[in-house]
Amino acid sequence: MDIYLPIAGQSVNALFMVVLGFVVGLLSGMFGVGGGFLTTPILIFYGIPPTVAVASATTQITGASVSGVMVHMRRGGVDLKMAGVMIVGGLAGSFVGAGLFRLLQATGRIDVVIGLLYVLILGWIGALMLKDGLIALGYLSRPTMQNPASRHNRWVASLPLRWRFYSSGLYVSPLAPVALGFVAGVLTVLLGIGGGFILVPAMIYLLGMAARVVIGTSLVMILAVSAATTMVHALTTRSVDIVLAALLLVGGVIGAQYGAILATRVKPDLLRLALAVIILLVGARMALGLAWHPDEVYSIEYL
Amino acid sequence: MRRSSCLLLALAPLLIGADKPLLVPDISARKVEIRYSFTGAQLLLFGAIIYPGGRAPNRPSDVVVVLRGPVQPILVREKQKIAGIWMNSDSNRFRSAPSYYSVASSRPITDLVDERTASIYEMGLHNLQLSPGGGALPEKERRFEAGLLDLRRRHGLYAENSSGVEITGGVLYRATIAIPSQVPVGTYTAETFLVDRGKVIAAATRDIQIDKSGFERFVALAARRHEGLYGLAAVAMSLVMGWAAAAFFRRRV
Repeated sequence: MDIYLPIAGQSVNALFMVVLGFVVGLLSGMFGVGGGFLTTPILIFYGIPPTVAVASATTQITGASVSGVMVHMRRGGVDLKMAGVMIVGGLAGSFVGAGLFRLLQATGRIDVVIGLLYVLILGWIGALMLKDGLIALGYLSRPTMQNPASRHNRWVASLPLRWRFYSSGLYVSPLAPVALGFVAGVLTVLLGIGGGFILVPAMIYLLGMAARVVIGTSLVMILAVSAATTMVHALTTRSVDIVLAALLLVGGVIGAQYGAILATRVKPDLLRLALAVIILLVGARMALGLAWHPDEVYSIEYL
Repeated sequence: MRRSSCLLLALAPLLIGADKPLLVPDISARKVEIRYSFTGAQLLLFGAIIYPGGRAPNRPSDVVVVLRGPVQPILVREKQKIAGIWMNSDSNRFRSAPSYYSVASSRPITDLVDERTASIYEMGLHNLQLSPGGGALPEKERRFEAGLLDLRRRHGLYAENSSGVEITGGVLYRATIAIPSQVPVGTYTAETFLVDRGKVIAAATRDIQIDKSGFERFVALAARRHEGLYGLAAVAMSLVMGWAAAAFFRRRV
């Protein structure tokens, strides 16, 4: 069934978009990631103009995270204080990101910067998570304890002004989560990703948050930042396609529900390992995309 | 009375002494409306050739039909492999590239007219006046032009069909031209040329409006004119849909 998208200015297969939304929603509910790192590249590959793909994927991330947030809220898996602190950083980051986006667009280097960032970030985070997951599941031997594994990163612990975050079981400076939120905000605008797959590992490894509240908290943060980013796109690039977003949302919100249910039935370590593999696969595909002869050597920009 | 006789006098050479044939073109649709189910359209461009004396000559003429969309200034970027990575390195500007261009003819254009005539009437993809800017080397301009033509041809935005015009009885012609769903909106012009012995002996144009209508038009206008409200609507939609799914599943699970 084909449907015409008024902003993208072309027709797409409606069923394909709903299924894409569902798969991404499933991941979103399971891992607490926005899923934009899958939606955006697939939409662009489908032939949707990149700006429309980025802007509409952001709208879909908002919807998918709402249902995820509600599920995790019911289970008490959200640290609202921590989320609030990160949102402050995230909003600042999304504005800075919008400026960067325009700068890079003007020089025509936006796609190579996006590609390189994807490869670096996905490769680094994926490798980190994979190693950790394998150790936790006993496939790899634990590295000999150099020093008793401290739950807190030494650098984070040295920041001044410490606050207590009860739900997360932390006593750290709010500057660390603000900085984390800022990075996620920049990436949301720049890469069309919610930043969840960076937030989740960073919250575990850098902040040392209790695993129980990590996913719910990152979803709250993603919800706020993606909603703000949708507004930024609507006001500046005007490329939010509400019809495309609605198609992705129909599948996305339902997928997020199933994802959240699945997440409670699967071993968390296995879950982390699965996410690591997905992240590494996307990263590898991106790396190949940079080195392979591109499908289109020429691209058109409207003046 | 006097005025009408003046008019008649002015028209007289066309009506009586007309030794040149006349084209009467028409299109299956003067207006193409883009709705939710729009997946492109087929336009039938047809018409009649009126020869002086009302009889077709023994040696029939040829017909070329050109459908073109609004002209846009564009920047074409080219990727090159630098340090193992493909990235945009060079670019060229074209000030007047048609957003859509399709030409159909009864015989290959190169057989019908010489290069000069073809470029005057912009018949054929390689005779488009794209107005490249920036004072680049001609060799570079040609490379970018080839890249642009190839890209748009594969997207269905540029097309050339050297046997797309069918002439019946020497006086009726018809051509079917397809427009893909990603065509931009605007005023399109359909030009018909009657070609005989390498010369264009008659020409006629018709306009076609391609526009979004109904809900699609409403959405496109809202995104442009009320961007704040539009953004809020998009956010509200995602919140409501997310909430609805969660509420629904809570009852079920």
